[in-house]
Amino acid sequence: MDFLTVLQILDSTVRLATPLLLACLAGLFSERAGIFDIGLEGKMLIAAFFSAALAYVTGSVWLGLLAGIAASLALSAVHGLASITFRGNQLISGVAINFLAAGLTVLVAQDWFAQGGRTPSLIGAGRFEPIDLPFANAFRGFPVLGPIYHDLISGHTILVYVALLAVPATWWVLFRTRFGLRLRAVGENPAAVDTAGVSVVGMRYAAVAICGVLCGIAGAYLATALQAGFVKDMTAGRGFIALAALIFAKWRPWHALWATLLFGFLQAIALRYQNIDTTLFYILAFLCLLAIVFALVAALVAVLRRTGFEPVKTALMQAGGLFGAALLVWSVPVLDFRLRIPVQFMDALPYILTVVILAGFVGRAIPPRAGGEPYVKER
Amino acid sequence: MDVMPKWADVVLIPLISLVLAAALSALVILAIGEDPVAAVKLMITGALGSTYAWGYTLYYATNFMFTGLAVAVAFHARMFNIGGEGQAMLGGLGVALASLYIPWPHWSLALAGALVAAGLFGAAWAAIPAYMQARRGSHIVITTIMFNFIAAALLNYVLVNLLRPMGSMDPATAKFPPATHLPTLHDLLTPLGISFSKAAPANVTLLLAVLACVLVWVLIWRTRLGYEIRAYGHSESGAIYAGIRPFRIIMVSMLISGGLAGMMAVNNVMGEAERLVLNSVEGAGFIGIAVALMGRSHPFGVFIAAILFGFLYQGGAELALWTTIPRELIVVIQALVILFTGALDNMVRMPLERLFLAARRGKA
Repeated sequence: MDFLTVLQILDSTVRLATPLLLACLAGLFSERAGIFDIGLEGKMLIAAFFSAALAYVTGSVWLGLLAGIAASLALSAVHGLASITFRGNQLISGVAINFLAAGLTVLVAQDWFAQGGRTPSLIGAGRFEPIDLPFANAFRGFPVLGPIYHDLISGHTILVYVALLAVPATWWVLFRTRFGLRLRAVGENPAAVDTAGVSVVGMRYAAVAICGVLCGIAGAYLATALQAGFVKDMTAGRGFIALAALIFAKWRPWHALWATLLFGFLQAIALRYQNIDTTLFYILAFLCLLAIVFALVAALVAVLRRTGFEPVKTALMQAGGLFGAALLVWSVPVLDFRLRIPVQFMDALPYILTVVILAGFVGRAIPPRAGGEPYVKER
Repeated sequence: MDVMPKWADVVLIPLISLVLAAALSALVILAIGEDPVAAVKLMITGALGSTYAWGYTLYYATNFMFTGLAVAVAFHARMFNIGGEGQAMLGGLGVALASLYIPWPHWSLALAGALVAAGLFGAAWAAIPAYMQARRGSHIVITTIMFNFIAAALLNYVLVNLLRPMGSMDPATAKFPPATHLPTLHDLLTPLGISFSKAAPANVTLLLAVLACVLVWVLIWRTRLGYEIRAYGHSESGAIYAGIRPFRIIMVSMLISGGLAGMMAVNNVMGEAERLVLNSVEGAGFIGIAVALMGRSHPFGVFIAAILFGFLYQGGAELALWTTIPRELIVVIQALVILFTGALDNMVRMPLERLFLAARRGKA
């Protein structure tokens, strides 16, 4: 596998991770405030449709983006109404929103464009174009760093950079502002926030609204940047992968970036190697072994944490790590021609990883304490 | 604490929710420039107007009875099983393996064998999320969603790489042997002197679904286990105090739930397609959520709601055939039903409770 292929895979990793990242951060805001949201998928889908539709009709992708955000916000409002005001079941509301979006988008698309539930292809100003960062072409000839800068870092659409900037922004808002502190508190102990004279309902609606905006951007990115137009069910489970990434990231912004990049990487590989070839075996064997070694070490640590004998623990961990690394180096050429990992396994890997995480084998994922529970003011 | 009489809770609230959902759906139909009254008429003739139409309505209803019961049983233990879709997929795999690789002498034995296989496969697929919930506290909703996707990938792999007959491009199994052909309602009713459409897919599985409704009723309201499941669903701490083990209740209720969802496959895989194809479940696992919510998790309610959704499904297909309204209209209606009967329940309930309270005060 040459350098250029690696760059291409990483480039497509970034592009595929972007909608996941935006949706993941959206879920982060909502769930940190105690509102579970399994309707990320639906909100992305409806935003994808309305952004593509408006971008096609008006010829302006920015109006499309606004329309997408508005549509997503409308569904957020429904979710807020059901789960905050009427104290309904947040999970059921999320399920309903997913179906509502899946049905409405096709219904409206058929009515407006009569193309079997899709929008016409977007051209020109109807799409987000890749932008070149400064000096991208000048540095291109530079060995190694030049292509990395030109092909990997530069040349994405503006929304990719927005998504990447949203990570530190989310961290800053949640952990360095008064608003963020209150938002997190509402998700952990709403009664305390209420006692302090802050409106729990207001905070939760704010969080749900932020979630709607981010999902709207994610959906618009899918339809107007990643692809050129809306097709039926185009989110294809991305909302659920984002949810998986959120758990994987244990509801933390920077971890969300790494988790979505990992899942984007898996998607990029599955996309590129629909037909299995030998180079894939290296990557897959490597990933699987990494996961196995990781799980083994984690299990060992878990056992040792109970016995609590520090020096033995560190020594064993180092030995385990060395052994794992040696196993890896040795096994890659051996596995190369023995293992055949199907592409379907790659599709399922994000979900399998999430299940493993949820099972608590690799550190425990603890959701916000008041998550999923409607807040009832005591009288 | 009971502000409202029982009939209001069981009948009135679902009815009002349904009317609200229907009204919104009518608005949607109006918005896309079609006539809601004509649409309803078309749906009624298309889904109830002939024995052929009834045959399709009842066929869909059979699917929804199984998935609806699956969600309902889990609801009683306060478990939200979104994984009906994946469990039904795996159930289909069980049916396909049982039908293809065991030489059944007669359809009745094949039916029994396939039912057991479907139930076991479905239950097995629910067992892992159930265990994770019971032992590790991993949220059942998230894990069952993940297992839906894993099931889809697994089935894709099995169909493409293992079960696909040589030389076939289609990701599907071979046709099941003739001995596994289930009698349709036409075959069952003709000896009784009732003529029923030959082309409709409703089959003997419908009777099994009705039987399942009765058995679930017996289980939930007439057995010790059912009592324990309901007790656990009402109050976990209360159940523990009464000596009920949460681990056992979670496992048992989820296994029953998964088994019921899996058994749906007997209807669609064995009774209709007679081979296993990709996406054979067609969202029936999710419709089970709407059915259980509307049926208030009661088997009789599930029965009624399943027939209603069978009507909607078949009627929606007819609409798509004769008008420009796409099939997705049913998905919208389904979403609205879930929204109003599930998430926005309090929106209907709160004003009603106030009304009943006022009426009672007026009397006193």
